Amino acid sequence: MSEVQEYTFVDFKSALNVRWCPGCGDHAILNTVQKAMAELQLKPEEVVVVSGIGCSSRFTYYMSTFGFHTIHGRGSAIASGVKVARPDLKVWHITGDGDALAIGGNHFIHTVRRNVDLNIILFNNQIYGLTKGQYSPTSKHGFVSKSSPFGTVEQPFRPGELTLGARGHFFARTIDRELKLCVDVFKAADRFEGTSVVEVLQNCVIFNDKTHQAITDKEFKDDRTILLEHGKPMIFGKNRDKGLMLEGLTLKVVQLGVNGVEEKDLLVHDAECTDSTMHLKLATMEYPEFPVALGVIRSVKGAVYNRDVEAQIQEVQQNSPVKSFRDLATRGNVWEVK
Amino acid sequence: MKDQNVMGKSSKVIEVDKIAVRFSGDSGDGMQLTGTLFSQTSAVYGNDISTFPDFPADIRAPQGTIGGVSGFQVHFGQGVSTPGDLTDVLVAMNPAALKANVRFMKPGGTIILDVDSFDTKGLEKAGYKTDDPIAEDQLDGYNLIKAPITTLTKESVKELDLDNKSVLRSKNMFALGLVYWLFNRPIAHTQAYIKTKFGKNPAIMQANLLVLQAGFDYGNNIQAMTPSYHVSPSENRKGIYRNLNGNIAAAWGLLLASEKSGLPLFLGSYPITPATEILQELAARKDLGVKVFQAEDEIAGVCTAIGASYSGALGVTSTSGPGLALKTEAIGLAVMAELPLVVVNVQRGGPSTGLPTKTEQSDLLQALFGRNGESPVVVMAASTPVNCFDYAFYAAKIALEHMIPVILLTDGFLANGTQQWRVPDEGDFPAIEVPRTRQKPGEFQPYLRNEDKLNRDWVVPGMKGYEHRIGGLEKDAVSGNISHDGPNHHLMVSLRQQKLERVAHFVPALEVVGDASADLLVVGWGGTFGHLFAAVEALNKEGRKVALAHFNYINPLPLNTAELLGRYKKIVVCELNMGQFAGFLRMKHPQFSYEQFNKVEGQPFTVQELKEQFVKLMEA
Repeated sequence: MSEVQEYTFVDFKSALNVRWCPGCGDHAILNTVQKAMAELQLKPEEVVVVSGIGCSSRFTYYMSTFGFHTIHGRGSAIASGVKVARPDLKVWHITGDGDALAIGGNHFIHTVRRNVDLNIILFNNQIYGLTKGQYSPTSKHGFVSKSSPFGTVEQPFRPGELTLGARGHFFARTIDRELKLCVDVFKAADRFEGTSVVEVLQNCVIFNDKTHQAITDKEFKDDRTILLEHGKPMIFGKNRDKGLMLEGLTLKVVQLGVNGVEEKDLLVHDAECTDSTMHLKLATMEYPEFPVALGVIRSVKGAVYNRDVEAQIQEVQQNSPVKSFRDLATRGNVWEVK
Repeated sequence: MKDQNVMGKSSKVIEVDKIAVRFSGDSGDGMQLTGTLFSQTSAVYGNDISTFPDFPADIRAPQGTIGGVSGFQVHFGQGVSTPGDLTDVLVAMNPAALKANVRFMKPGGTIILDVDSFDTKGLEKAGYKTDDPIAEDQLDGYNLIKAPITTLTKESVKELDLDNKSVLRSKNMFALGLVYWLFNRPIAHTQAYIKTKFGKNPAIMQANLLVLQAGFDYGNNIQAMTPSYHVSPSENRKGIYRNLNGNIAAAWGLLLASEKSGLPLFLGSYPITPATEILQELAARKDLGVKVFQAEDEIAGVCTAIGASYSGALGVTSTSGPGLALKTEAIGLAVMAELPLVVVNVQRGGPSTGLPTKTEQSDLLQALFGRNGESPVVVMAASTPVNCFDYAFYAAKIALEHMIPVILLTDGFLANGTQQWRVPDEGDFPAIEVPRTRQKPGEFQPYLRNEDKLNRDWVVPGMKGYEHRIGGLEKDAVSGNISHDGPNHHLMVSLRQQKLERVAHFVPALEVVGDASADLLVVGWGGTFGHLFAAVEALNKEGRKVALAHFNYINPLPLNTAELLGRYKKIVVCELNMGQFAGFLRMKHPQFSYEQFNKVEGQPFTVQELKEQFVKLMEA
């Protein structure tokens, strides 16, 4: 029986009142995830949202899908278990910079390395919000917080760099308030088979307000970010007059029309290039030297853990005479008492 | 002892009903394999067997030293319930093996030595102070077989073009051949093994076959000097038999549970001694559709299992003490989410890294209480190598049917020890029926409970109209929505405890073995069963009034526990820890008084020390 059902974003909303702080970037991410799921026509009963601990991880309760709000840092391991056991499900893992990169760092890198087919949405607000304002592993060096009253003396992780370092196949970046970009990127993440890591630059209105403002503010955004699109030249700026070129082994921001630079001289984005060198350069661009890269930075097909698990089982089963427990137990080094 | 004429030579054959043999040598000498092959042949011959591998934690400790000695004890015959306290026959491949194992010898037993290794250097490395270990260790009263094993091994393969290293690696087969002769055992079973194992390497295969035969012939040639043994077979129930150790048994019990429940088996695990074999065995079981996830750490091991369980599989994790410590938070999540989960914990000496290859029962309190909050889980324990199969099956059945995490405790002694095992028939194990929901789609209440077990319905992703959210936060007693309400929390804590207690209605009553009107009740749990049973049985034969109550179900305790304990004047709780179960019994049944007998040496009890202790208690 085929049943055509049109889902709208409302079909992905649970009955619970959303209790994030007013003005929190999480609201927009929730709405855009729901919108992306509707546009993808996912079936709510086939979606599992797994989250760890932190503000972002409350996400699960606001979805009408299946949801599992787990423990701090372990979400990607639990999500891996769900997906490997049930590859037919769509598994989304909602996490934050503390959950994924501090307490859950080990699980995060190994999940990425295995390339389990998960969508990991990493809310990066560079702060611990739920515990009310301590620095996180993505807080900038010198960042003053309740647990670093004189500034931090540690270097932050850059999620894109970590993802690629863990041999990630898919990395994208978006901004909480960029609703269309969020929807597009979430859809791309879902369509990609393998671990898709999406970093969302998210604003914590209470404990770390405006942390991304230098790049996300409407007034500057076009000049301080670049939207990467596969197959398209790397152009940015309010007037679309700036671009990226390669000079030796380093990236360089150039002005179109100056020194004879034309559009054809610019780099063309290849998200599907297996070699991650350029993706790493793009993912680690920081303002003010460079525009911050948005969109799908890397999307490379590769071996997928859960798919290979299924294939291996199928292959062994085809060739093995052991079809049941009894086959196993009565085989090999046995003797019979009559 | 009777005289027997074999091949024209007069020799003595000793008739016995059980015998223990200990093979020992350097950890690279292949003693574990030699012991395993000998036990398989004995089992095929129809003997009951019980084995005890005793090996060092180092993969290759310095050659020839005490620290590098690897031993394997086989106890075989009729009515065998332990690997034997002391050994009748010791094979010592070098001086260190002799020095390390003399204390396990039965007075007057047989010692087979490779005299070639007893040179000045070898004796020195083993820590002998003189060049006469026999005098130094006062071995005059033993039956010594001083065999030039190394020389004869070399001699027997000199026709083959083999390097010295390969030649020396086959000398364990000489010892094995000699022991086969000693016990009148055919070598055919081992010959078949060698042919399969080394089929791709004809020279090595040939060498092993020749050396095995040479060892057997050597025994035949020296028999005038040495008595050999005749151990009669037991009378076994009809069926197909094989040897099984506790780890494989546990893995297989889970396989049967998967088949009986119709749920795929998922194991999330991380290698840890002495539990690793469970991971390896299940990883090889792709033929039965098992999914094994070797995780990045112990935490991810249990977390992937919980994820699999959430999505409808039989989720299992396997570990040992330190790993269980790492898993505690996640087990708490399974308690809170009320999901089935099986944790197999193969106990070893602790705390911390402790004694990784040695046995102990010191994780009981960790299993019972090692989590934050009021966090009840079912705790059960296997008590023989082969009943690891049964209890792994029942651990899965309880977890799935009651929607509750179960910790199954085994230990290093059970895990590595082997026994002969009868392959169960179809009807030997019950069906497993998971609580599928009868609620209507669109109206699903995840925490609505069923009356008999107080469990909730197991709804898995993919079921349209049953979408719901659960997690580690406290939830409303019916809807499962987050609830910070105080009285609701109290209710939920109570319900989770009551759900656990309901399990007691579904497990067998505790039974007592031994003298029904005993003066002393011996209480044990888990892997000490064989030794406790043998001690009680021996004392009963001597006319002593003593009985044994051995627990496999610990949390909850069987319903008749208090009634049963109340029948005896004196109770002694015996454990390989400082008294953890005794403490638990005092907490649950404080009306009785409990004596204790405890040992934490990384070794099992000996039947002898138990008997002495029980007699002392009865006479006190």
